[in-house]
Amino acid sequence: MIDWKKILIPIAAIVVLLLLWEALVWVMGWPDYKMASPSDLWPAFQRYQNLFWLYGWQTLWRTVVGLGVAVVFGTLLGMVMGLSKTMNDALYPLLVGFNAIPKATVVPVIALMFVGQHDFNTVLMAFMISFFPIAVSVAIGLSTLEPEYRDILRSLGASRMTVFWKIALPKTLPEFFGALKVAVTLAFIGTNLVEIITPHGRGLGHLFQSAQTRSDFPLMFAVLLALAALGIVLYYAVVALEYVFAGWAVRTAH
Amino acid sequence: MENLIEIKGVTHAYKTKSGPFPVLNNLNIAIPQNSFCAVVGPSGCGKSTLTRLIAGLMFPDQGEVWLHGELVKSPRKTVGMAFQNPVLLEWRTILQNVILPLEIVAPTMPKAQKEARAKELLAMVGLEGFENKRPSELSGGMRQRASLCRALVHKPDIIILDEPFGALDAFTREDLWQTMHQLRAKEPFTALLITHDLRESVYLGDQVVVLSGRPATTQYVMKIDMPGPRPLEMLYDPDTVERLAVLRREIQIAQGRVEA
Repeated sequence: MIDWKKILIPIAAIVVLLLLWEALVWVMGWPDYKMASPSDLWPAFQRYQNLFWLYGWQTLWRTVVGLGVAVVFGTLLGMVMGLSKTMNDALYPLLVGFNAIPKATVVPVIALMFVGQHDFNTVLMAFMISFFPIAVSVAIGLSTLEPEYRDILRSLGASRMTVFWKIALPKTLPEFFGALKVAVTLAFIGTNLVEIITPHGRGLGHLFQSAQTRSDFPLMFAVLLALAALGIVLYYAVVALEYVFAGWAVRTAH
Repeated sequence: MENLIEIKGVTHAYKTKSGPFPVLNNLNIAIPQNSFCAVVGPSGCGKSTLTRLIAGLMFPDQGEVWLHGELVKSPRKTVGMAFQNPVLLEWRTILQNVILPLEIVAPTMPKAQKEARAKELLAMVGLEGFENKRPSELSGGMRQRASLCRALVHKPDIIILDEPFGALDAFTREDLWQTMHQLRAKEPFTALLITHDLRESVYLGDQVVVLSGRPATTQYVMKIDMPGPRPLEMLYDPDTVERLAVLRREIQIAQGRVEA
């Protein structure tokens, strides 16, 4: 059974927000070049519809690939740190330091290192900005496993791998998905950083950039909304995955 | 009667930065087959270390742990454990939780056979009809019952109980004590119970071992020759009251509060 309330309430909230926005612009009498209103967005979208679909797709696949690499790398790193105290002590400061570097400053560096590899650079940035929360949550999930959980299987002579597969990994899944939800939005930031900063880019970030040079406010806002829409889609894709793989944790939450 | 477990002169110290930290000192316990041994002692006297030694998860500095005539050198499939925290796996149903040890000990056993065995135990502890519930849907007492079933499902030689009833309310605890007697009557097993509750130790134990303060040694052993299942009224017998008084005094000695 579909719970219509769960779908209608958020949609109503979006409509109310757009109406308030429209009213604000109308009351203040702001012209287009100062602040676009929602009614300007649809024409802007229609005018560049082809570009929206093409660039939207580019932004989406780069983000998803970057996120995918972040999941694999972040999980492996989290496993190493979660299972070995020494590795945790060694890697944690490095990881925090790396994460503290503003990623916008890294864009020119990788643009120089891999000149012209625009797809690669974008995926790389989406990955670099989003693996941190995944690695940390997996590491914490594994290292805080209560010893009793381990002892139940270890006392039967089970190997470390068995304990990992049967207990540690599934037990970490809720934390993992919590981190993945954060990582999704971060990955979008990474993709757009590269798309906006590097010249001759592609993707929605590039469309935003070219709208900005022409002071096309309606188009700029239309891109922002398109990015928000993509973010929502990807976020709920993660929620769906969470329900499939860690539904037990979602169900026990209420 | 053959002793299933023999702990002979076990001495153990943890290595810490400020030097060795002795927890057990020349500990001796013998548990005959199918008998129930309750171990009591002051807080932090090394009781949990004892469980890990018997389970083969740790090895003593000195002394020997014998299980079924074999020296314990590594974990073995013939041990079952239950703790104060039932540590059930939330992503598995109750039935699948109980089956878990069989997946390690008897991976080739047909699924139907595993499930039949688990259902049989769940029925014995009064959890019939809860097989497909998640642990979070059960009360604390029910979770602990499921945890006991998991400890017993692979018919271990010995089950090690580390304060499994410690976190339950008084009535639920008494229910579970009776369940232990019923389980033993239907399917005899050897058990070592760590507890802080003297009434529990007297009601369940065929012998009660009092450990001294740290480093723990065997301070006193009380045999209670009273075949089960024991009625709950036993707790109010004059004999029991007298035993409790003796044990209470031994604990006070162990705590160093009165002279021996």
